[in-house]
Amino acid sequence: MSDLSIELTAPNGRKYTQPTGLFINNEWVAGSKGNKITSINPTDESEITQVHAAEPEDVDKAVEAARAAFNNPTWRDMAPSERGDLMYKLSQLVVQNKEVLATIETWDNGKPYSVALNEDLAEVSGCLKYYAGYADKVHGQVIDTGPAKLAYTIREPLGVCGQIIPWNYPLGMAAWKLGPALACGNTIVMKAAEQTPLSILVFANLIKEAGFPPGVVNILNGHGKVAGAAIAQHLGIDKVAFTGSTATGREIMKMASVNLKNITLETGGKSPLIVFDDADMDQAVKWSHIGIMSNMGQICTATSRILVQEGIYDNFIEAFKKQVASTSKVGDPFAEETFQGPQVTKAQYEKVLSYIEAGKSEGATLAMGGEAYKNVGEGKGFFVSPTVFTNVKPSMRIFREEVFGPFVVILSFKDEEEALQKANDTTYGLGAAIFTKDIVRAHKLARKIEAGTLWINSRKPGQDSDFRIPFGGVKQSGIGRELGEAGLEAYTNKKAVHVNLGTWL
Amino acid sequence: MSGLFVELKTPHSGKYMQPTGLFINNEFVKGVDGKTLEVINPSTEKVITSVHEATEKDVDIAVSAARKAFDGPWRKETPENRGKLLVKLADLFEKNLDLLAAVESLDNGKAISMAKADIGMCVGCLRYYGGWADKITGKVIDTTPDTFNYIRKEPVGVCGQTIPWNFPLLMRPVSPPGVVNVISGFGKIAGAALASHMDVDKVAFTGSTVVGRTVLKAAASSNLKKVTLELGGKSPNIVFEDADIDNAISWVNFGIFFNSGQCCCAGSRIYVQEGIYDKFVQRFKERALKNVVSDPFARDTFQGPLVSQVQFDRVMSYIKAGKDAGAKVEIGGERKGDKGYFIEPTIFSNISEEMSIMQEEIFGPVCSISKFKTKDEVIAVANKSNYGLAAAVHTKNLNTAIDMPFGGYKESGIGRELGEAALDNYLQTKSVSIRLGNALFA
Repeated sequence: MSDLSIELTAPNGRKYTQPTGLFINNEWVAGSKGNKITSINPTDESEITQVHAAEPEDVDKAVEAARAAFNNPTWRDMAPSERGDLMYKLSQLVVQNKEVLATIETWDNGKPYSVALNEDLAEVSGCLKYYAGYADKVHGQVIDTGPAKLAYTIREPLGVCGQIIPWNYPLGMAAWKLGPALACGNTIVMKAAEQTPLSILVFANLIKEAGFPPGVVNILNGHGKVAGAAIAQHLGIDKVAFTGSTATGREIMKMASVNLKNITLETGGKSPLIVFDDADMDQAVKWSHIGIMSNMGQICTATSRILVQEGIYDNFIEAFKKQVASTSKVGDPFAEETFQGPQVTKAQYEKVLSYIEAGKSEGATLAMGGEAYKNVGEGKGFFVSPTVFTNVKPSMRIFREEVFGPFVVILSFKDEEEALQKANDTTYGLGAAIFTKDIVRAHKLARKIEAGTLWINSRKPGQDSDFRIPFGGVKQSGIGRELGEAGLEAYTNKKAVHVNLGTWL
Repeated sequence: MSGLFVELKTPHSGKYMQPTGLFINNEFVKGVDGKTLEVINPSTEKVITSVHEATEKDVDIAVSAARKAFDGPWRKETPENRGKLLVKLADLFEKNLDLLAAVESLDNGKAISMAKADIGMCVGCLRYYGGWADKITGKVIDTTPDTFNYIRKEPVGVCGQTIPWNFPLLMRPVSPPGVVNVISGFGKIAGAALASHMDVDKVAFTGSTVVGRTVLKAAASSNLKKVTLELGGKSPNIVFEDADIDNAISWVNFGIFFNSGQCCCAGSRIYVQEGIYDKFVQRFKERALKNVVSDPFARDTFQGPLVSQVQFDRVMSYIKAGKDAGAKVEIGGERKGDKGYFIEPTIFSNISEEMSIMQEEIFGPVCSISKFKTKDEVIAVANKSNYGLAAAVHTKNLNTAIDMPFGGYKESGIGRELGEAALDNYLQTKSVSIRLGNALFA
């Protein structure tokens, strides 16, 4: 057994080879200082294994590899359709390896296995396949300014892109970033999250297997403050894309200014879900439940503030509590009946518990949950009971701040105007949902709510992936858009070419 | 012949089962009237086999199957799944590349190396459109706060597609099993039935201008179905004095002799600037004589036979017309060998623009070459054609290249194929307007 891989057996019995090194130039290498990151199983707090952590010197090596690959005719002059074929091959390899990848996601992140397999992995292969199809369809324009000139634009890749991804959908977030970047011909240095470093390393081997030239995709694990910062301020990187907290996003933006690198950010959210009294109550309850409780509430677009029209407020609370009780089965994520696994790390777990204390001390009503959940296995693991606070005021921290756990606040409102005012009373603007049967109200409100995505009568469709539709935030939820055709904008420059046909001095 | 399959053999791929029926509703069936048509090998003039022939009755059955599929499960299919099916079809083409190429060569006469390239392009084309399936977007148009207006792109419906014989599989459209029905038949019978069918929403045709005109008339007389046409051409290939001569020669040679000249965009009229004319003609003759004209299954064959007796006779009669009109035969001008529809690569010079060999599309390995002095002169003569399909310019001067104001489509067709533009041929827009403001008639 080398220092760069280890044979592991997952809790569901699956055996596989786990790489542990840094993936640079299609090869596995050790970190330059020998520092390691320990990956903890959040279900029982046991140690899974250790992986190499990148230092700034390792980031330099990866950037060098990515730059060389970017300038190499093998990648630079590859026909776009061929790039698409490589990406398509990669998506097929993901499908072929989905069971082992889903197993690692559940082991490392804590999300239920059936979700990892049927939702996360489907998202990964679907997203890569979607962008594979775009590779040869990124068009420039020809612009008619008159007979004296032929003017056209070229969509060129940006160059070496640094991509820093979060832990809530480890492989899903990697696919969201790799898809458009590769489709447009860039090369990549990706830093995975230190909380979930494992699945991306198995995925890295598929990149080589698919046939991508060395250096096109480089994958590192490392600490945000070390490797992440090195990427954000690297003079050899042309663009940085980051998904994570707003606080970190702010730091990245500051660091990126060193060479004015192009930047896209997907940061936090405190998304409102509004239920009008003409809504289908049953549907509103079911959607709003998964809107905050799925993925252990660890979703950037989690609809964590539910605003219910006063006439149906009490009924809604009762129905919501019933839905939580019957559906939010907390347990071992490898068990089939589990809906909610553990929070991803001790730090996240303690953060959620501290918000529970804040809610209590601020005087909100604890309607459900409000404590750690100790009934899984031998009582270990970072489990939190699904928590509902009511009688919440907009001034409270639990109304204003992103908790990132199975934790929701429910308030009432009188009319559309008040709903709108409360919905927009936040520094965030990622998503929002409206439940009503009134078509005019739905479309009009969709325009007035400050958010990047509006759902009408649904919330996070789940199985029906949204990677074809642009996604991103306004206000402090982010800069730029990912997914859909819009996602390509973030990974190309428009170069204008003016050919003089008739203006002679 | 009553069966639906026959065992055949090709020199390249060996034995295989050749379907001979009409492909409707994912099954091979016989024609209602039991008619058959013979398929001839143009290299040997021998019958390969017979296939079932579709008449109007079979067209009705096929259209009805397509309509049922369109109104049923296909309409509900997600764009993503449509794309997956197309990509799967591409994978199957790729797996069966050798067999498909061999059958193309056997039936059409094109060299096996060209047939393989054709199938490769089919694969690429199907994959390309497979990628578009979930990327066809409508628009949202901001007019006033009182209305929410959006446009959806919707499929046109049941499409009749008549494809030509010069690139048989490459022209095959993007439709997976269950939704595609493929029938063999005569243009005047099955083709006409499609063009005038009351339940076909759109017809796409590639072929001669004469038949294209008939298709357009039939569409107008029946149900005003949408029409796209890719028709004939008499494309000019223009070489300026400052061109890289060797490069130009290889392109010009390929431009007319590729596929035995059976290409809609063949560069059949070659115009060379006078300063290099003599040198060019000499080198072009030498180059063309190197084209190997032989059995399509031989490895270094460049040019096979023409596709059929009818086409062979047509081209030979144009050659005779050229000779009779006083044009000079620089090379070729005769049949090659005495078996199979092989014609020597032929170059005419000393031509005048009114000759039939200059005005009309020959669709064979026959070109004309003439001299020009100035850019304006060649533009005028290049544009003096009823056709407007393609043109080529060889020059090192950027401005000359960009500045060539070629005419539009003219009688070369209606609509565009390939690329993103092709999607519009198969979509219609539906505008939706949702009133958001107060009632108008309160």
